[in-house]
Amino acid sequence: MNYYARRLLTLLLTVLFVLLLTFAAFRIIPGNPALVILGTEATDAQIALLEEKLGTDRPLAEQFADWLVAAFRLDFGESLRFSEPVTHLIAGRLPVTVSLAVMSLVLTIAVGIPLGIIASRARGKAADMLVTIGTQLGLAVPSFWMGIMLILAFGLTLKWFAVSTFTPWSENPWLAVKSLVLPSAALAVPQIAIVVRYLRTSMLEQLGLDYVRTARSKGLRESTVLYKHVLKNALLPVITIIGINFGELLAGSLVIEQVFTLPGIGSLLITAIGNRDYPLVQGLVVLIAFTVIAINFVVDLSYRWLDPKIRLQ
Amino acid sequence: MREAAAIATEASLLDIRNLQIRLRRTRGAGLSVLDGVSLTVERGETIGIVGESGCGKSVLSLSILGLLPSAMRIGGGEIWYEGRHPLHTMTDRDIRAFRGKEIAMIFQDPMSSLNHGLTIGYQITETLRLHLGYSRKEARERAVWLLRKVGLPRPESLLREYPHQLSGGMRQRVMIAIAVSCNPGLLIADEPTTALDVTIQAQILDLMRQIREEDGTSILLISHDFGVIADMCDRVLVMYAGQIVESGTVDDLFERPLHPYTAGLLRSIPTPAKKNSPLYSIEGHVPALHERGAGCRFASRCAHATERCRTEQPELVAYRGGHAARCFLAEAEGGNRHAAV
Repeated sequence: MNYYARRLLTLLLTVLFVLLLTFAAFRIIPGNPALVILGTEATDAQIALLEEKLGTDRPLAEQFADWLVAAFRLDFGESLRFSEPVTHLIAGRLPVTVSLAVMSLVLTIAVGIPLGIIASRARGKAADMLVTIGTQLGLAVPSFWMGIMLILAFGLTLKWFAVSTFTPWSENPWLAVKSLVLPSAALAVPQIAIVVRYLRTSMLEQLGLDYVRTARSKGLRESTVLYKHVLKNALLPVITIIGINFGELLAGSLVIEQVFTLPGIGSLLITAIGNRDYPLVQGLVVLIAFTVIAINFVVDLSYRWLDPKIRLQ
Repeated sequence: MREAAAIATEASLLDIRNLQIRLRRTRGAGLSVLDGVSLTVERGETIGIVGESGCGKSVLSLSILGLLPSAMRIGGGEIWYEGRHPLHTMTDRDIRAFRGKEIAMIFQDPMSSLNHGLTIGYQITETLRLHLGYSRKEARERAVWLLRKVGLPRPESLLREYPHQLSGGMRQRVMIAIAVSCNPGLLIADEPTTALDVTIQAQILDLMRQIREEDGTSILLISHDFGVIADMCDRVLVMYAGQIVESGTVDDLFERPLHPYTAGLLRSIPTPAKKNSPLYSIEGHVPALHERGAGCRFASRCAHATERCRTEQPELVAYRGGHAARCFLAEAEGGNRHAAV
């Protein structure tokens, strides 16, 4: 079977597994949605009535089958809390989280890769030490604390950025970017630290290989050796790590959205869990899981572009 | 430049004089990796350098193009190309114009010395575009011609392939194609056949001979294999522990080795006649930098070493026909007696 077909099949199976897991997890955690909606004062009859309406009184297998079929049609039902289709709710919140994730990814790459190159070139010198200490700190500091400090420094003291207000893209794109700078920076810091460390190690490893000596013996400038020959090979593990960490980026954005009170997926998910709003939670979890799976797929593909050896297998 | 006018006409292609390579960051004078190495390569000549691993052959070859590892530096001596280019004093920027254009190198392991992330085509055309200013199209055409010249089939499609898709022998042919792409005056081949099968070895050596005849390229061939050297070279230098211990024509060296080390190397070549006797090997190992004493560096492994050998360093003395050796025993006999093992 063709590589892409095989990859697509595993992707599909993973998604199916995720759906099953999502469904099961929510049935296992305690808390009856009918009880949450009606409050502790509700009578057994009221609860039974609502359970019937929600369908939670039916056998689990049946519920799952129905949900699965609907899910493949991108229908995740109606939110219990907001009485609105789940897809609508998610669609309304998605742009915020996506822009947050994309902006921190861009920051990670734009800052992490040059810093990694600088650190590897300045090996053992002051700049390298500085970058190493910086990455240590970046890894050690939790992102929510980083977020609070950023708000304190740039929002409240310097007043460069408005805090706790989000301007939608449709209203004013410039203000939208401005309101996302601090949260995406807070989110990007640990990612940058990881990218810098991986790239530095990977560059130094590549620089010790024989082909670098060959490239130099051909009379190439050091910058050509570095950027044409070494960097592409050195980026391979870095791309993997960026891809793997994308899930972490999403998880981090749940917290960061709370810190910066951004109306994104994260705050929606936390509200949904608090309310036992299981159709909404299921929809959100499926979305997040699917995004991570899709990103991994893209990483795999970019691998094949970067490493011709994998292309053949 | 002052020397340029005087010797321009009869200047050697490569002239290394009394080259010292030292380790950086060592106290005092620093430890020498190479000690007073001199050699010349004339146009169209093939010179062999032979010795065990760790004797400084590769360091010598890398120093010519300023490609020494960062821990080493040239501590003295001169390297002249065509009598007027002082490679030993050049900045990295100046010497780059010689790398790959005037002097090209091929290395031991064709598996690792090509970049596995770039196509064969890119790796060949890179030098053509850099040194000869070829356009993309011209470079591509020349690359096809080069691949054909080094005996590779279907050159057009090969340009789009990656090193790992080729066998070791084919890769070494690609390396040679890259090396000769700008018609260099000198080709430095550092153990070019060591990583290859015996049959492939012979093919690669044939190819190098062909290049030498077609283009008049001089070759500096480095090998631990006396057989390869004898097959290819006009003159040979034997290196031991960072020094040249013997030099001369291939015939002189094979028939009348003057240094016990050379004799030992020759004796350790397996031949059918020695079939049932155990293979000879020189006892001990090449002394490490810090183990080198005041005397002859081979003394600790030499069966004939005298008290003088252990305390005093012999000079490289030339005898008949330019046959030179660094050995008190040879000196005592005036270069007339062959060294025994």
